[in-house]
Amino acid sequence: MLAQRAAWEGPRWTRAVKPNPAISLQRSEGGEMKIGVVVFPGSNCDHDCQHVFKDVLGQYVEMIWHKETLLAGLDAIVLPGGFSYGDYLRTGAIARFSPVMGAVKEFAKSGGMVLGICNGFQILLEAGLLPGAMLRNKSLYFICKDVFVKVETAATAFTGAYESGQVLKIPIAHADGNYYTDPVTLAAMQANAQIVLRYCTPEGKVMPEANPNGSLDNIAGIINPEGNVLGMMPHPERCAEVMLGNEDGKLIFLSMLEALKGNKKQLKMVGT
Amino acid sequence: MKAKIHVTLKQGILDPQGKAIEHALDSLGFKNAGNVRVGKYMEVDVNETDKAKADAAVKSMCEKLLANTIIEEYRYELQ
Repeated sequence: MLAQRAAWEGPRWTRAVKPNPAISLQRSEGGEMKIGVVVFPGSNCDHDCQHVFKDVLGQYVEMIWHKETLLAGLDAIVLPGGFSYGDYLRTGAIARFSPVMGAVKEFAKSGGMVLGICNGFQILLEAGLLPGAMLRNKSLYFICKDVFVKVETAATAFTGAYESGQVLKIPIAHADGNYYTDPVTLAAMQANAQIVLRYCTPEGKVMPEANPNGSLDNIAGIINPEGNVLGMMPHPERCAEVMLGNEDGKLIFLSMLEALKGNKKQLKMVGT
Repeated sequence: MKAKIHVTLKQGILDPQGKAIEHALDSLGFKNAGNVRVGKYMEVDVNETDKAKADAAVKSMCEKLLANTIIEEYRYELQ
């Protein structure tokens, strides 16, 4: 992994952005993680994710066009939000057959961290990397607003920097976020603490009134049993820096980096 | 052969679009309308002459892509 990182010379595919010196100054010293952000035709939150990891958190980011089939040397992968393939047929239904998804599945199977946000979550469901499916929002509206979610467990690689029970103000922007799964799978997820984020009131009460889209059990985000694949409908990348007036989502990304550092330490210990 | 495929949400799964249409029908005075379900209709030309082969192909298309069998069911006819 480390050797591959040294050989990496820069993003293969990226939008030309003028560097902002004020942001560059905030870069942390240890920009040692290499995060892959997958770009599907129709992704539109890819650059927001890139910005958070690269400019806010000072890590390497590689934009991965969906035609890629090799994901060498990456520490984590993000499937960003958007409208891949125009949401045709079903959200995420066509993106899951993109060439890159075979490699994403392999990466996840080998224990690699995969974060799916909004459309990324929908793609993870269609790909079978997470259980369940998305239905149209109960109201039939596309909902774009700040909501409140409760971090049900901080004992995951994606929420380790939060406190269990912490309430986050975080935006959602979707028409198909009404999570559904069969009762057996739901019970198993509840028993395994796989429901990581749930819609709640500003005070942290999980109740039907706080559910924006009709999602089963107020589910806003779930994790796989192995703990390395998380899908969430809210957009943490849209509230990850002071300039935007809300930093509640930043710790999702920081948690990932902390977990990755921990993994590396473990790997080093095993190697020595 | 041509496959005519219908994909609908399974019974028991809330169909918000169906509900909205049901309410609209009700407000238009169609008091006898109920249980509206919205689905998708697709036509696919299948380049097979053998009906069994075409059937197997269409079934596979439905299972893999055209329907999400967690929430949807499908039916089709071959002509």
